[in-house]
Amino acid sequence: MKTKILLAAATAGVMFAGSVLASTLDDVRARGKLNCIINTGLVGFAAPDDKGKWQGFDVDFCRAVAAATLGDADKVNYTTATGKTRFTKLAAGEGEILSRNTTWTFSRDVDLSQTFIGVNYYDGQGFMVPKALGVKSAKELDGASVCIQTGTTTELNLAEYFAGNGMKYNPVPIETNAEAQELYKAGRCDVYTTDASGLFATLYSFDNKADHMVLPEVVSKEPLGPVVRHGDDQWADIVSWVLRAMMAGEEKGITSKNVKELAAKDNKDKEINRLLGKDPLQGLSKLGLSPDWAVNVISQVGNYAETFEKHLYPLTIQRGMNALYKDGGLHYIPPIK
Amino acid sequence: MNFFANIWRNEKSREIIVQIFVLLCVGWFLSWLISNVDANFKALGKDLSFEFLFIPAGYDINQYLIEYNNRDSHLRAGIVGLLNTGLVAFFGIILATFLGITLGIIRLSKNWLASKIAYWYVEFTRNVPILLHILLWHGIIINTLPHPKKAINIGDVTFLSNRGFYIPKPLTEIGIELVYLFFVIAIIFSILFFKYAKKKQDLTGQQYPVIWINLMVLITLPMIGFFVSGMPITLEIPALKGFNFRGGMHMSPELAALTFALGIYTAAFIAEIVRAGILAIDKGQREAAESIGLKPSKVMNLVILPQARRVIIPPLTSQYLNLTKNSSLAIAIGYMDLVATLGGISLNQTGREMETMLIVMLIYLSVSLSISAFMNWYNNKVKLVGR
Ligand SMILES: N[C@@H](CCC(=O)N[C@@H](CS)C(=O)NCC(=O)O)C(=O)O
Repeated sequence: MKTKILLAAATAGVMFAGSVLASTLDDVRARGKLNCIINTGLVGFAAPDDKGKWQGFDVDFCRAVAAATLGDADKVNYTTATGKTRFTKLAAGEGEILSRNTTWTFSRDVDLSQTFIGVNYYDGQGFMVPKALGVKSAKELDGASVCIQTGTTTELNLAEYFAGNGMKYNPVPIETNAEAQELYKAGRCDVYTTDASGLFATLYSFDNKADHMVLPEVVSKEPLGPVVRHGDDQWADIVSWVLRAMMAGEEKGITSKNVKELAAKDNKDKEINRLLGKDPLQGLSKLGLSPDWAVNVISQVGNYAETFEKHLYPLTIQRGMNALYKDGGLHYIPPIK
Repeated sequence: MNFFANIWRNEKSREIIVQIFVLLCVGWFLSWLISNVDANFKALGKDLSFEFLFIPAGYDINQYLIEYNNRDSHLRAGIVGLLNTGLVAFFGIILATFLGITLGIIRLSKNWLASKIAYWYVEFTRNVPILLHILLWHGIIINTLPHPKKAINIGDVTFLSNRGFYIPKPLTEIGIELVYLFFVIAIIFSILFFKYAKKKQDLTGQQYPVIWINLMVLITLPMIGFFVSGMPITLEIPALKGFNFRGGMHMSPELAALTFALGIYTAAFIAEIVRAGILAIDKGQREAAESIGLKPSKVMNLVILPQARRVIIPPLTSQYLNLTKNSSLAIAIGYMDLVATLGGISLNQTGREMETMLIVMLIYLSVSLSISAFMNWYNNKVKLVGR
């Protein structure tokens, strides 16, 4: 009796451990779908369109990974997470990727055992106020009520910024961007603070955009990027090279329009050949990807510039720091060799 | 074989065997749970550690009953949250009790309209989920009350706005000790007088208006102390400064919404409990009390309620417990209670899900157990003795 129970427990344990150890790529392929954790709703980054389909810059990244691994960008299941629940959801295996305005920090990387695979958006924290408030600088916000999303770097930066400038404030904590908008509009808080990208997205959804302004101060560095669980290097490599492939596409002028054409011919720039599967890319088989992986990504989703322009230009977001290095921005990717 | 069959047939030993078996199952299940957690933790590269409690929390909390700033530890942030839970539970319980008892009594009144209103109150309130109550009250306060700059001004000392309610705050100065002293004397007098009056009534049947006299003493004595010592209490009046009111005492919209919602919701259940308790008293008791000429209020207070109390208290306890536990929905409107601080932001900023949740659960468990222990004690005290 007892040994039987022990045996059962042991098998359960082994089975469980086994399922953890199986490669993420195998799991995704076996399921035929990629599980991707995104925002609860932030226009431009991840928000359902009028047909209920998720759209946005972060959504496109999920699609790109699906295109590379499954050959079809539409094979994605989306799971939403608030700032608070995202890491728990990722750790619990509710998704293979967390693609949700997530700032790369030391403790998240090291202590929370996540792997940040790169930066797809360089951001910084800003403040938005109604113009009627008559405030021109964040330094004038002493005593204000400030809406913040909990479980974010935002709330830690805010505490440090106000303390550092000898100012007091009244934090009004909320869970999602949608709630924050409601409270801000109702006047529960004087200021809404979050990543500048989030402020632009929020402003975009307002009817009376002209009544609000973003203050000039940017009080933090927020390198945002996709996150995967620690421990599966193959998967981390796949996800990071999908991001680089999209940026390489922009760098080399490969777009969703011309990618098929470029893939078919022998290009003078051999890096294009290697990226698009014309020439062999050493080690690609170790990633378990087929030679047309990047073609799938760029043809179905587009290069970095294309998704940026599609989703973020309407919010009046400029490339700025998010331009490629050769255009004066910060995106500089290792060579495809 | 026969031996075993006999053991099984014997009721006593069979019971023991069954219990041992159940115990084994439970034990096995628990150990499986623990080993599973352990395996998961290993797979995720995590360990169980409570060191995070002592590092700076890094976030601010908008309501603290003890000193707190973002350099304090997660532990302290948790305590601040726990006190906030206690505060809203305290306010909620007071509101729910008063409202509930009143409604329960009204519900039984002979006035048709009043009783119907109480009936509809109960039916309506308790059939709407508590979360909706909370969101509704929060929405009302935030969307209907004006901005601080246009706050509703009550006598230049109290202000209502969508940032909450501001009332004057008493500040004490030197000399206040005299007021305290007089107050203590007043309390001692009240107790002695109460005992004396009771004794007198038992002996002679003579009655004093004890409540009124005590109330007078409790108010006037400290007042005399107050004037004699040169009025050592000043009021700090809230005033609009910059974005918000400063000074005075502040009740945030979140605290107010939670108190209203929890109080009003739980009052519906308490009303039913009170009604049931009163109905449980044999109607002969009421008739007997009325026949000796007691006024209706005396019948209620001296005859019915003391007996109904015994029926009312156990379920009332569980309502208080429910209210306290329901207060954890605070997180929906951003009230910084225990679940929002330690079980929310700290959890998230440190990634210590298991540890924070264990602590939060243990705290709720011990709060619940102590409230029910207290209520059991009280119940034992008021229950019928020697019957
Ligand atoms: N980058 C910060 C903040 C991320 C964040 O919460 N961003 C907001 C606004 S920029 C958001 O994505 N909200 C969408 C939602 O509520 O789901 C972090 O990683 O902690």
